[in-house]
Amino acid sequence: MANLTMIQAITEALDQEMARDEKVLVFGEDVGKNGGVFRATQGLFDKYGEDRVSDTPLAESGIGGMAFGLAVQGFRPVMEIQFFGFVFEVMDSIVGQMARTSYRMGGKMHLPAVVRSPFGGGVHTPEMHADSLEGLMAQSPGLKVVIPSNPYDAKGLLTSAIRDEDPVVFLEHMKLYRSFRDEVPEEQYTVPLGKAAVAKEGTDVTVVAYGYMVREALKAAEQLEKDGVSVEVIDLRTVSPIDYETVVASVEKTGRMVMVQEAQRMAGVGNTVISEVSQRAILSLEAPIGFVTAPDTVYPFGQAENTWLPNAKDITDSIKETVEF
Amino acid sequence: MAKQPVDYEALLSTIEASFPMVQILDKDGKIVNEDIMPDLSDDELVELMRRMVWSRVLHDRSMALARQGRLGFYAPTMGQEASQLASHFAFKKQDWFYPGYRDVPQLIQHGLPVSQAFLWSRGHVEGNNYPEDLHAIPPQIIIGAQFIQAMGNAVGQKMAGKEDEVTFTYTGDGGSSQGDVYEGMNFAGRYKAPVVFFIQNNGYAISTPREKQSAAKALAQKAAAAGIPGIQVDGMDPLAVYAVTKQAREWAAAGNGPVLIETITSRFGPHSTSGDDPTRYREQESFDYWEQRDPLIRFRNFLTEKGLWSEEQEEKLIEETKEEIKQAAKEADQAPKMKISDFLKNMYNEPGQNITEQIEKYEAKESK
Repeated sequence: MANLTMIQAITEALDQEMARDEKVLVFGEDVGKNGGVFRATQGLFDKYGEDRVSDTPLAESGIGGMAFGLAVQGFRPVMEIQFFGFVFEVMDSIVGQMARTSYRMGGKMHLPAVVRSPFGGGVHTPEMHADSLEGLMAQSPGLKVVIPSNPYDAKGLLTSAIRDEDPVVFLEHMKLYRSFRDEVPEEQYTVPLGKAAVAKEGTDVTVVAYGYMVREALKAAEQLEKDGVSVEVIDLRTVSPIDYETVVASVEKTGRMVMVQEAQRMAGVGNTVISEVSQRAILSLEAPIGFVTAPDTVYPFGQAENTWLPNAKDITDSIKETVEF
Repeated sequence: MAKQPVDYEALLSTIEASFPMVQILDKDGKIVNEDIMPDLSDDELVELMRRMVWSRVLHDRSMALARQGRLGFYAPTMGQEASQLASHFAFKKQDWFYPGYRDVPQLIQHGLPVSQAFLWSRGHVEGNNYPEDLHAIPPQIIIGAQFIQAMGNAVGQKMAGKEDEVTFTYTGDGGSSQGDVYEGMNFAGRYKAPVVFFIQNNGYAISTPREKQSAAKALAQKAAAAGIPGIQVDGMDPLAVYAVTKQAREWAAAGNGPVLIETITSRFGPHSTSGDDPTRYREQESFDYWEQRDPLIRFRNFLTEKGLWSEEQEEKLIEETKEEIKQAAKEADQAPKMKISDFLKNMYNEPGQNITEQIEKYEAKESK
């Protein structure tokens, strides 16, 4: 066991998977010698050489097309989009091409590419860096969309993503990169895609969250524990496909639910989760479902970020409202 | 007034002068450039003619089938036979092909059964059930996307150490305006990837004329910005198209990186069978000018002169091809009805809960 930050866990997952499988290739803007703007690919260039870890020209669409062609040739490309706000430049490759390949080819051919990218608010980036765009990806049939909330999951989920036969969008919240450490096994392991985790057990109310909001939800839960409210926190981990079984089982147990996402109310995957829970567990619900989100504006100017982003207090308030209904 | 630092007029004329058009046969089939005559045997010359005639018949019959409602989307190819079939003739079976949607004739020549090409047009999954040895992916609908994908494919071939194996792809004059076309060439240059890019400049992107796509005098110029060779060739001249393609393939296969070839050609028919009427945007003079340059006329003249081709031969081939196409259309009619539950199964190797639940639901419906 080593005590790693999430970024270190991600580097370790890439490193070990590259060592295990020579078909794994890492490429993107500045991922070579520089090790990526967040150092996610630190050391890989020296270890595996510039054929397997390459700096591409600065063009996201080209990077996406390259991943597509490499996958057709039997490689397992792990492409990096430097910040996920740049994804609009490569939407066709991801949503129009990779996502449709298996369906298009009658299941005879798969497109095992991983699209890694940092996103998320609270770190004062310029425009188009921090947006939560996972909803756009999750609404695209054919993709899997993964958002880890801690170093342990990050390593296991990324390893699964690289080994998966289908395209996986792997989104890394920037605020989680170095904010805390976790015990992470040195050997390789996988965390299954499409499987949520119970981040904290509780009996009074279910909070469903993903990404950085899991941290805020856990803070809120800890706070409320002192007031005698027992909060169960579900970490979706994969936002497409969603593990409804785990969510519904928890809601059936607690009878109450609060959905939390960093994305705007009209974005993210919260609406989908709420819709499914309403259809599958309406009779278990003792109160309306709470929904903590950012407001429906464009991602805000840097100086307004902290008043815009949902936080533990918003979650606490929503939980109280739900519990006291 | 001080002298301007750069003479722009001189600069522009230098760029334009760098892209002469390669030609071997003139419009009447006379050799105008013996020096670069490709080394093709009589049998190969005849085979090339056969493929071009075959493609013309495929075009005619596809138009007819589309009118009868027996084809779906179809992009006519008449006029582009030299650009399409003579370029394809220079590639090898092991080469990887990333076609655009007008490149169905080459795809069939590369190994896709005609019946499957028809199924693709009709919108049936079996149209994409490719034979194992067909190195191609289905025709690209998003114009330009094939350039970046072909580049990635070629980077992969290079990484895998494949010898004597390249990738080739086509777009049109309209497609040449896409950012992906530049990104594909630029990445391929940077990675020295073995790929041959074609811009089939047939004069119109649906209705938008070539001059409204770009101020560039030659679309082949676009290669210069990526630091790769750009060639302009008479796309109605099968021998010139073959010769420049063969050289480009050899260059790429030898590890020198990509090449861009612009074929100057013409689409005699509409953009597609979905209601396009070219007389809305194209003058009669343009049709007349280009029909005189029909690649079949010039190659027929050339081969007849050499005693390699006759009217009877052509008639016989036309009849055979019509029969082949008739059979293929019949075969396509036999394709099984598609099931939503199969689509769901085809979405992922390992499906999530949503897919699993929906497979059950649709299977129940389908078994009723």
